[in-house]
Amino acid sequence: MSGAEFVPLSLTPMLIGTFAAIACALPGNFLVLRKQALIGDAISHVVLPGIVVAFLLTGTISTWPMMLGAAGAAILAVVMIEAVRRLGQIEAGAAMGVVFTTMFAGGVLLLEQTDTSTVHLDVEHALYGNLESLIWLDASGWASLLDPVALAGLPPELPRIAVTLIAVCLFIWVLWRPLKISTFDEGFARTMGIRTGALSLALVITAAVAAVAAFDAVGSIIVIAMFICPPAAARMMTNRLEVQIGWSVLFATLSAILGYVLAGYGPLWLGAADAVSAAGMIATVSGVTLAVCAVLGPCRHRVGAQTSA
Amino acid sequence: MLWDALTLQLGYNATLVAIGASLLGVSAGVTGTFLFLRKRALVSDAISHATLPGVCLAFMVMVLLGGDGRNLLALLAGSALSAWVGLLCLNWLTRHTRLAEDAAIGAVLSVFFGFGIVLLTIIQTMGMGRQAGLEGFLLGSTAGMLWADAVIIALGGAATLALVMLIRRPMTIVAFDPDYAAAQGMAVHRIDLAMMGLVMAVTVVGLKIVGLILIVAMLIIPPVTARFWSERAEHVVLLSGLAGGMSGYVGAALSAMAPNLPTGPIIVLLAFGLFLLSILFAPVRGVLAALLRHFRFQRRVHIRQGLLAMAQGQKIYEPLTRRLLQRAGLIRADGVATEAGKARAAKALRDEKRWEIVRADQAHEAVAALYNGLRDIETVLTPDQIAEIDRRIGAPKEVPA
Repeated sequence: MSGAEFVPLSLTPMLIGTFAAIACALPGNFLVLRKQALIGDAISHVVLPGIVVAFLLTGTISTWPMMLGAAGAAILAVVMIEAVRRLGQIEAGAAMGVVFTTMFAGGVLLLEQTDTSTVHLDVEHALYGNLESLIWLDASGWASLLDPVALAGLPPELPRIAVTLIAVCLFIWVLWRPLKISTFDEGFARTMGIRTGALSLALVITAAVAAVAAFDAVGSIIVIAMFICPPAAARMMTNRLEVQIGWSVLFATLSAILGYVLAGYGPLWLGAADAVSAAGMIATVSGVTLAVCAVLGPCRHRVGAQTSA
Repeated sequence: MLWDALTLQLGYNATLVAIGASLLGVSAGVTGTFLFLRKRALVSDAISHATLPGVCLAFMVMVLLGGDGRNLLALLAGSALSAWVGLLCLNWLTRHTRLAEDAAIGAVLSVFFGFGIVLLTIIQTMGMGRQAGLEGFLLGSTAGMLWADAVIIALGGAATLALVMLIRRPMTIVAFDPDYAAAQGMAVHRIDLAMMGLVMAVTVVGLKIVGLILIVAMLIIPPVTARFWSERAEHVVLLSGLAGGMSGYVGAALSAMAPNLPTGPIIVLLAFGLFLLSILFAPVRGVLAALLRHFRFQRRVHIRQGLLAMAQGQKIYEPLTRRLLQRAGLIRADGVATEAGKARAAKALRDEKRWEIVRADQAHEAVAALYNGLRDIETVLTPDQIAEIDRRIGAPKEVPA
């Protein structure tokens, strides 16, 4: 494939998909280990009411209000889940189910009530994004990567998700020790003076930020899949957190690139005329990765279930 | 208008939807209760998302066989099949790998849903715009509901309900104490699978009305709501069915009143409204009841401490204590004890002394464990025993004024 075709049409969606996948997979490692994996699911559902409310308040589809709305909704959801759990003495999973489904229903209702015929805002878009449309029309080939004029035409999602990815990496790098300790032994972390409550909230907020930024580019399916599948697959490969994170980044990258390629070119190879949903295919590939690791991974069994090194 | 809607006078389609939605609400509420009691409420999330590939595959198969792909029964059969596969994957992941259930749920739901979306885009490219009906399964679409659809939903809902009633005993036992169930010789794993199978049936039946994302709400919110009102499993099941049925019925009626009021979200929001009422106002577990309990307790502590202070001739500075004592007529506005106050204070001090003896005496060990600084000694000892203790303390002395 020539650079003249690849760079404008496929390079940016691929990069955005990869960055989004890694940005979600990194906090996902901790969420999976802390048995909070479904917080990603909840967040990605409540993003919808967030952006709808932001749209109602501002009347336009501009990025920052939407992102703020989505982040606000995510934080509101986390607070509400905690409130329902404590006030009602309800198990966390059910509390989550009550809150996110209600907020999602509210979002759908608001969306139906408002006139959004003039703008591109609908539930399907929220669910599976439009990765394929994030093309870089100003590029003409590999040389455009050094051409400032062409670079100015990059889709704005790319720098945004890149900044988010850097922020997520920074968060994990700075708070590595407390995060690791509190994930494995919360009681010990508390005796060491680590404020586990605040740390846990910070982790969830980081996940929410990653989810919102990724959601903006690729839709909520990839977000949920990337929060869980790469870390879960990586969990089957190793018993060390550092190595697990390495594997999860690898799996996330693999899913994003392979998924995008399969979605974009797979049907053409099979003789069909049109591409299929890239977001859906990325999620599917990540599922296949997880399945392979679950069957063959060296550390797939529970400790104690089988004696392994 | 509202009355017309609630009495099913808004036309044929609205009536069908209202009946279908209330049946669905009842069976979802009843089935969801067992899931909630088993602490696996979010499994329904995985099951509902896992229906999507099946719907798409069934549609594709029907189109390839020359049909128009809209047969509801076949679509539902397809969705049931893929949901079952998803369920087996979920079970396998939790039983045979180190993944916790929440991670397995998330993995299954996102991967199946993602694959479903891939199939959906394939269907779109198959042309002819006939997939419009399929997108309705995401959020439910009741506008074009046919008599045959309603019959399928009604029969499915009723069958699920009957099955739940048949195996409610084993499901309840497994939900409360799986180890006990296993010791009784029950196949816990199979009962769990049956429970999930029923949840799957409800999900599949509900796809048409509320869609696959919001059916989760109908399985979770009514049981959580009902749990506030009762500590007995049978009552929770009944109340949950009632809550689900009511929100289904009223929701469908409301959504028929105006355009742009989609049925699924209205039903969910109504169910949430019931939940909100329950969490606030339920008699024992509600927030209001807990607050009242807290204030009552606080009042008792303050009065008790105030009385003890009065008995020992100390001045009371704490404003809440003074206010409470004054309102009870135990002290005057200037802080001096009334006659009743003096008597109560003397009694409080004497009770404290009695407790001291009881707690020092090995013979009263069981009673001593009940001491919490507030309990009246008369509620745990007989008059004879108290008289015996009083003999040891000696006669009452005068309370300093």
